[in-house]
Amino acid sequence: MKPLSATGITIGTVFITVSSLSADKWQLLKEDGLHDPSNPSLEILQEPTEALGALQPDSAGNKVNWVTALQAGEIHPRGNLDGDKVSEILELDIVMTATTPLRHVIFPHKPHTEWMTCSTCHEELFVSKIGANPINMGRILAGEYCGRCHGAVSFPLTECDRCHSVKPENITTAPPSGAAIEREQ
Amino acid sequence: MNAISRFKRLLLLAVVVIPGTLSRAEYADVVINNRSEQEGVSPVIYPHWFHRIRYQCSVCHVDLGIQMKAGGNGMTMERIINGEFCGACHNGTIAWSVENCDLCHSGLRGLETGIRGGHKTGGPGIY
Repeated sequence: MKPLSATGITIGTVFITVSSLSADKWQLLKEDGLHDPSNPSLEILQEPTEALGALQPDSAGNKVNWVTALQAGEIHPRGNLDGDKVSEILELDIVMTATTPLRHVIFPHKPHTEWMTCSTCHEELFVSKIGANPINMGRILAGEYCGRCHGAVSFPLTECDRCHSVKPENITTAPPSGAAIEREQ
Repeated sequence: MNAISRFKRLLLLAVVVIPGTLSRAEYADVVINNRSEQEGVSPVIYPHWFHRIRYQCSVCHVDLGIQMKAGGNGMTMERIINGEFCGACHNGTIAWSVENCDLCHSGLRGLETGIRGGHKTGGPGIY
């Protein structure tokens, strides 16, 4: 059997490049497997590429980093219907240490409060008390706790390191899980 | 180029191109078909991406009381026309009014209610 020729490898590389570019594109509505392509109103609806193509990119979800897009001022989502509500930003990190053998989880309130009010999560999804939330990945994967959004509208649950981000040895005195911590800059 | 290497190139083409051309919904599109087809209209496709550019999560999920559970809100056109749910905006003032049926009821027949799309994961199992 002959090895692949240089031409074959070149063609293969081109195909891989085209494929990866294609995978990064957003689907046309008529081709997304949900919208009815025979519906003439699709021409009125905005295409994802038009709206999302100019925003901060991401490698997962719908390929937009919504947190940095908002922080960079690329989008200005209103906080109420009238658009006159100022977000109450909470700069408080919560550490979750019962994560062995994975890295500890840091939950940053700041980017979450830029998108949501306190009552979106508290007290129905999360009780505001250290140790009062028996969170585990099984429940998250089933759509509870963080999984109500992550894996649905926020970055997916395959992005482990984005939450499990702190080596245990970097926290000198392990606080109880759920405690607020000072983040080292 | 012999037959085997041509076959290899075709195989390579299939492996690298086909996955990139499969149709998929955008991450977090919601299909709502609790009642639509029973009532003779197409399922609703709700695009989160479009709405989150314009409104923060809590506007709909707190202020308007829309539960974060696809199909779990008991939405009906009567309630929407009366200003609940989508009707808080889709009233001809903030956004298009409910006469434009096909703009929301734009889905393929036979779709099941649920949250769709997604790169790598398809969303939580029960929501």
